[in-house]
Amino acid sequence: MHPAPSVILFSVLSGAGFGLLAYLGFGFVHLYGWLAFLWWGLGYGLAIIGLFASTFHLGNPWRAWRAFSQWRSSWLSREAWASVATLLSCAPMALSDWLSLDLPRSFGVLGGVCALITVFTTAMIYTQIKAVPRWHHWITPLMFLTFALTGGAILAGQNGLAQLLCGLLLGVMLAVYRIGDGQFARRAQTLGSATGLGVIGEVTVFEQAHTAGNYLLREMIYVVGRRHAVKLRGIALVLATGVPAVLLLLPGIWGAGLAAVCHLIGALAARWLFFAEAEHVVGLYYGKR
Amino acid sequence: MTCLPVTTQKKLGLAIDLDTCVGCQACVTACKGWNDQGYGAPLSDQSPYGAEPSGTFLNRVHSYAVQPIDGLAQTINFPRSCLHCEDAPCVPVCPTGASYKRAEDGIVLVNEDACIGCGLCAWACPYGAREMDAAAGVMKKCTLCVDRIYNENLPEEDREPACVRGCPTGARHFGDFADPDSKVSRLSAERGGYALMPDLGTKPVNRYLPPRKKDQRSEASVLAPLLDIRASGFAGWLDRVLGKI
Repeated sequence: MHPAPSVILFSVLSGAGFGLLAYLGFGFVHLYGWLAFLWWGLGYGLAIIGLFASTFHLGNPWRAWRAFSQWRSSWLSREAWASVATLLSCAPMALSDWLSLDLPRSFGVLGGVCALITVFTTAMIYTQIKAVPRWHHWITPLMFLTFALTGGAILAGQNGLAQLLCGLLLGVMLAVYRIGDGQFARRAQTLGSATGLGVIGEVTVFEQAHTAGNYLLREMIYVVGRRHAVKLRGIALVLATGVPAVLLLLPGIWGAGLAAVCHLIGALAARWLFFAEAEHVVGLYYGKR
Repeated sequence: MTCLPVTTQKKLGLAIDLDTCVGCQACVTACKGWNDQGYGAPLSDQSPYGAEPSGTFLNRVHSYAVQPIDGLAQTINFPRSCLHCEDAPCVPVCPTGASYKRAEDGIVLVNEDACIGCGLCAWACPYGAREMDAAAGVMKKCTLCVDRIYNENLPEEDREPACVRGCPTGARHFGDFADPDSKVSRLSAERGGYALMPDLGTKPVNRYLPPRKKDQRSEASVLAPLLDIRASGFAGWLDRVLGKI
């Protein structure tokens, strides 16, 4: 699948942003005054920048408001609702922390739950697609949620918890690669089964349907850069989990800041791979994957 | 709402005969020609005469070589377009309601005025039936020529999809698969028509008629008996002597 930069930026930044909002909402951090304003602002900023970036890959972004209409069937529509619900439901707690209004924590808990639901809906957009076997597995939402919780914990200054989550994320990422690599084979689709011609004999591509590129080849049969996949996996694992866990041992805000930057770069690499390594079954018709 | 209709009154679709298709691409051209005008945004081309031409097509014809365990290899031409699935995975994923399946005849369509061009429906389709138009930024797909099949301004023989009308070998057939007595239903039953990737649960309406079994000749060529020439006379003597050396 084509790794669109806007979608990679969106899902990584808003994922970390919603993770941070969840920690702030649940009351893991007790901040007051302008410090609360800054931290809530960071959560809101990351979430909103991400949502804004996601409209860049649309063919007709000015019609994006229509995406709220199909919540009964579409995970993309549910994501739109969940993200707006999160931004609204977090507002009372954010104002309360900033202006010391002393609202009960249940307001924040509601916002935090909405934030995590939003991350889940984002993951389900990919998980639901049977035509991309690598994504069509319960490990996909688990990975998105673990990334959001880890990034959120680092940004929220929950060093001990963040180090634990880095360990968990390492395990989840390794499981994602392990499971993902076998998913296409488990689908048991080949050129022979996809065309139904396999019953006659061995099927190979004799001539491509078109000599030039098209939308399908660009969007669904993206193979550029896969040869560096193993190296990138290593970089993603180290930067998203190992390095931040060590940097969090450093005292003061610099360690946490560097850990957050490292983790986000690692998460971007991992998300790029999430798309670039995903193979769509339509590639079978082209004899490519 | 982009929820799928539980049942449709008709199941309009195509039966594509892989035995008769010669891969001439006439259906591709006919489709492009018709859908360049009339229904929705025209199928655009990008740099059609440049170094890297590209364009939107709703129908593509692949060519495959199939090698049976015994016998000669076969070339099989394989047209690929929207199968108008009963359980179309492209419809429920649409966030705006632009993608829908008609309850009356089962045709899967895109309301281009509501399409935001997110591309999720094309991802959800296992068959690569949808292509985003690079000029209009909306999703294009086979409409089963909905603007021809019900068009009373056209002569009756033209009220079928452009690809069917344009096929010079009669390899494409259009009709209602919900009616067991329709031409396409009977043809599919007779010839063992099959659906593509049925295990994905999409329940395609279109059927592919498999290539007929090829004859197997016992000898390599009808001319083979003529090749077994036995020389006589001086040539025969020479043949025997030379064979012994």
